[in-house]
Amino acid sequence: METEIRLRVDGQAYEVTVDTRTTVLDALRERLGITSPKKGCDHGQCGSCTVLLDGRRATTCLALAVSYDGAEITTAEGLGEGEELHPVQQAFVDHDALQCGYCTPGQVCSAVGVLREAAQGWPSAVTEVGAEGGISPEALDHDEIAERMSGNLCRCGAYVNIVPAVAAAAEATAEGAGR
Amino acid sequence: MKPFRYERAADAAGAVATVAAHPGAAFLGAGTNLVDHLKLGITSPDLLVDVSRLPMDQVEERADGGLRIGANVRNADLAAHPAVRTRYPVLSQALLSGASGQLRNLATTGGNLLQRTRCAYFQDPSSPCNKRDPGSGCAALEGWTRYHAVLGASSHCVAVHPSDMAVAMTALGAVVVTLGPDGERRVPLTEFHRLPGDAPHRDTVLRHGELITGVELPALPFATRSRYRKVRDRASYAFALVSVAVALDLEDDGRTVREARIALGGIAHKPWRAERAEAALRGLPATEESCRTAAEAETADAHPLRDNAFKVPLVHNTLVAVVRDLVGQGAPEAPGGLEGSR
Amino acid sequence: MTTRTSESRTPEPAARPRAVGADRERADARDKVLGRAPYAFEHPMERPCYAHAVLSSVPRGRITAVDTEAARQEEGVITVLTYENAERLASTDDAELAILQGPEVAFRGQIVGAVIAETPEAAREAASLVRFTYAEEPHASELKPGESELYRPETANGGAGTDSELGDLDAAMEAARADPGAVALDETYRTAMTHCNPMEPHATIAVWQGDELTLYDSSQSVHGHRDTLAEVFGLDRARVHMICPYVGGGFGSKGEPHAHSVLAALAAREVSGRPVKLALTRQQMFTLVGYRTPTYQRVRLAAGADGRLTGIGMDAVEQTSRIKEFAEQSANPTRTMYAAPHRKTTHRLAALDVPVPSWMRAPGECPGMFGPEVAMDELAERLGLDPVEVRVRNDAPTDPETGKPFSSRNLVACLREGARRFGWQDRDPRPAVRREGRWLIGTGVASSAYPVNRQPGSVAAVQYRDDGRYRVGIGAADLGTGAWTVLAQIAADALDVPLDQVDLRIGDTALPKATVAGGSSGTAMWGSAIVAAARKFRERHGHDPSPGDHAQAETPANPHAERFAMHAFGAQFVEVRVDADTGEVRVPRLLGVFAAGRIINPRTARSQLIGGMTMGLSMALHEETVTDPRYGLLVNHDLANYHITANADVHSIEAHSIDEDDPYVNPLGAKGIGEIGITGTAAAVVNAVRHATGVRVREVPVTLDKVLEGLRNGPPSRQ
Repeated sequence: METEIRLRVDGQAYEVTVDTRTTVLDALRERLGITSPKKGCDHGQCGSCTVLLDGRRATTCLALAVSYDGAEITTAEGLGEGEELHPVQQAFVDHDALQCGYCTPGQVCSAVGVLREAAQGWPSAVTEVGAEGGISPEALDHDEIAERMSGNLCRCGAYVNIVPAVAAAAEATAEGAGR
Repeated sequence: MKPFRYERAADAAGAVATVAAHPGAAFLGAGTNLVDHLKLGITSPDLLVDVSRLPMDQVEERADGGLRIGANVRNADLAAHPAVRTRYPVLSQALLSGASGQLRNLATTGGNLLQRTRCAYFQDPSSPCNKRDPGSGCAALEGWTRYHAVLGASSHCVAVHPSDMAVAMTALGAVVVTLGPDGERRVPLTEFHRLPGDAPHRDTVLRHGELITGVELPALPFATRSRYRKVRDRASYAFALVSVAVALDLEDDGRTVREARIALGGIAHKPWRAERAEAALRGLPATEESCRTAAEAETADAHPLRDNAFKVPLVHNTLVAVVRDLVGQGAPEAPGGLEGSR
Repeated sequence: MTTRTSESRTPEPAARPRAVGADRERADARDKVLGRAPYAFEHPMERPCYAHAVLSSVPRGRITAVDTEAARQEEGVITVLTYENAERLASTDDAELAILQGPEVAFRGQIVGAVIAETPEAAREAASLVRFTYAEEPHASELKPGESELYRPETANGGAGTDSELGDLDAAMEAARADPGAVALDETYRTAMTHCNPMEPHATIAVWQGDELTLYDSSQSVHGHRDTLAEVFGLDRARVHMICPYVGGGFGSKGEPHAHSVLAALAAREVSGRPVKLALTRQQMFTLVGYRTPTYQRVRLAAGADGRLTGIGMDAVEQTSRIKEFAEQSANPTRTMYAAPHRKTTHRLAALDVPVPSWMRAPGECPGMFGPEVAMDELAERLGLDPVEVRVRNDAPTDPETGKPFSSRNLVACLREGARRFGWQDRDPRPAVRREGRWLIGTGVASSAYPVNRQPGSVAAVQYRDDGRYRVGIGAADLGTGAWTVLAQIAADALDVPLDQVDLRIGDTALPKATVAGGSSGTAMWGSAIVAAARKFRERHGHDPSPGDHAQAETPANPHAERFAMHAFGAQFVEVRVDADTGEVRVPRLLGVFAAGRIINPRTARSQLIGGMTMGLSMALHEETVTDPRYGLLVNHDLANYHITANADVHSIEAHSIDEDDPYVNPLGAKGIGEIGITGTAAAVVNAVRHATGVRVREVPVTLDKVLEGLRNGPPSRQ
């Protein structure tokens, strides 16, 4: 059953006709031709389809597009300013935190989300119990980043480069914010 | 996925009325489990009533010092909520050990309670499954059972409930608040999920058209000393083999158990409140021995399957380890406390 | 590092190193972090249709009735394909690819139909409505040593001998048993069935225009893929085109075309002129794109008190499918790793009613380095010798079976350098004596090895363009390996120009033919063709060419190929922590040292090596496809149930390279690095678990239940 929805993707407004069964991911990829978010499992088991959905990192393969009428979506392609890469993306390039590149846009969006969540003091499963103030992006150590990034599988095995890339981006973001 | 109509609910009462009147209708929350099942062909509603934008998204203080959690509160927000982190750390930990960051940003409190089993045969429509297709048989019974039940199962179904959040809430004595065609009701979480018996297709006591609107957590001051431990096949982003939620109330000596709240995950068709273990520990010093005895009492009726006999000792050891951590947390040098492992 | 090469050097004119060997940023990194690099399913198409595959739900039998009525009624459905209406293929020699040609079902999860529809939602729903009635036949889908009927394949993969024998292993074992100071070890090890599971699911877009077929497919070999499809459809190769600039991981599963590529082309025939998009679901990938067979490995070692082997044997038992043979060459590494006068290796297969096994990263070497490398650890322990030292003592001066010299062999250097970097020298050999809080701590080692494979037939073209750049074309594939980067580096040096004057083109059959990205041979084979083409270009057109000047050349034959045994070697060191309560295994540290010839780009090379090691870690701790023999079902067929390492499973992984100057392997001196990283890792982990806990696990994955059982039987004391 077809229905029309509105989405704002990477700063651009779209009206798009979708089937009620169409996921946000398929709306982006198959209806709008926006293929930066990837389909790796289609069941929330790999994280390749991660975007920022109304500002938060979210998988899009299990989200029905009709339910997100009016949503604001940022894909990896829309993270940077113009042609300039987002600090997380630049860090991924610098650390060779990718190989085949298929999970990469999801990893990048997830990492941006991780930094935002840490900036809000959100704990993770490995945050010390009773850590009153939670955590900050600069305080993200290896275990924190690895745990928070574990929703993004990478079969090429770039994890040991992804973690330092996220740490470097956290540092760059903190410096940027301190200016 | 069968074609379906979609309606966005204007209010809870309207959503309930619509679904109750329509046998093929289902509520849609974040969809992280429902859409999964639609794709696999496990369920095929012809109308989805979207309740995800209903204003059931607040965590409120209750007069008794407890919390009321709206059904649409996202798992990520609940885990990070200051009141949950400080007063019910076991719940925050359980939430954070479930799924992934990007899923927790979507998944809701109500939806989490209604997660269906991850039994591989349930998820494969070409296999027999009494839960998915009543009367077709249980492929798991004589099949791959690494992730299956050791307690409370039946010859009709040996699946386990996958939620972490619900295990912590079970230990905390949570109450599920629902709105149905006949109005509101409160169901203790321990009575919310069912054991499979001969009707494993019914996961919970919810009736068609009944909507979860929230969860009440009673005040439980000693829950500041609480912990969730999830044991799994991967360090993160995997379902539990076994999980243990414990809240411990200790006497002033820092070692004698005044009261314990214990729930177990990954071992039964529902989050398993370990009342036998709680009773066994009451009044005793929390030593390795007493904990092990308590854990053994809880699993006395365990019926392991081909691949999951390890879960019984694993539950014992994990419970011992969690209590050891909790006792150590309050009084690191407590003499005679739990030390080492066997 | 010092290196050792056999015999005197043959001077080879080498390209002047400038870009080669330099740490260069991945050429496609920017596109990939933005998500702009187009993968197979992402090429923009006008009015595409969508196809969804229908798979068999019985493991063996015949289709007796087909009902497509409900599917055809579904809104948006264009047509339904089954064996009843699909066109007959020109060639059905490859039974894996000969889909929809008859009613027979050879395994559960085989393609038996497809729906073509206007939207992906309609195609998928209608696919679930196609009804088949089957006459089931008895089947066998589980490899059971002692029960499964085994046969001797004519050869193992890659033309490897099925069996090999030197001396008398039985006698050596007998002698070792009779000698109280010696050890005769005879154990059986098991590796699990595993799946490549690249993050990009296999996907194909097919378009027919008349008799011309164009495929956008995810492939490790556009030309190989094209040639096979041309044969299946009886077309001239020139009429089949394939485009694949980016591959979202392959690991072998995209090394050969699988049945879905044929299905996409069949489907596209039905809507001539319109593109058909077909993507496999993650679940469907478990039965349709190959997997690594489970293996049972009987390993025999006979050794004197000094640890020197007098005998070594490996008997590999594996499965293949009844319709197509794939003989994983798991006994191969035993033929090369260690010196011993008495030797015997065998491969035996059970032909089962199962999906067709295929390539998975380091086929043969990866499973085949598990049993023997655990056995070497057991040998060291029984003799009270250091496991590094035992390996050093058994280093082979010449290839043990052929007697040929090695073109270079630096196993000992890798072991020594790894031991130094890891801090091995302080290791207390006693098992189960280190504990920090809840963690039992141990370390382990294993060797790594991978052969230098040659694939003849790659051709590269160089053309000078009016933009002042050199267009270098070859139908190579970049699966994340770095081909876009390193081939440009090789071309720049071969042409003696700066890197930015090279305009590299790969991944298209319109380009000169390239061999498969497999066997860790891509860079060397394609790179050698590029070097040859560049030389020819300069010979013809000098250093001041005119726009349009061009040259083309093929990978030259290696004159040293028959003289030497050629292999890369390495050593991996692992620290594990085992939770004393739960048996959970964590790997805080993994360190590898590899001698794999010349490294073209240390950055992408390191990524390849750590990637292989990470996959090895995944094999060690997590990966196992579970068969339910009652139904012929691969039960855990998704990424929630088939675990691959997540970020939190990985801590420190270091990969170091030993400089190795090997003038014999190829003009580049590169041995290949895509696969060696996964070899030995699992054995090193298992050996470390033994050191940490005292529990000897002889199979992977080492899941917590296997450790816990051992811990309960004999718990280590708290230190």
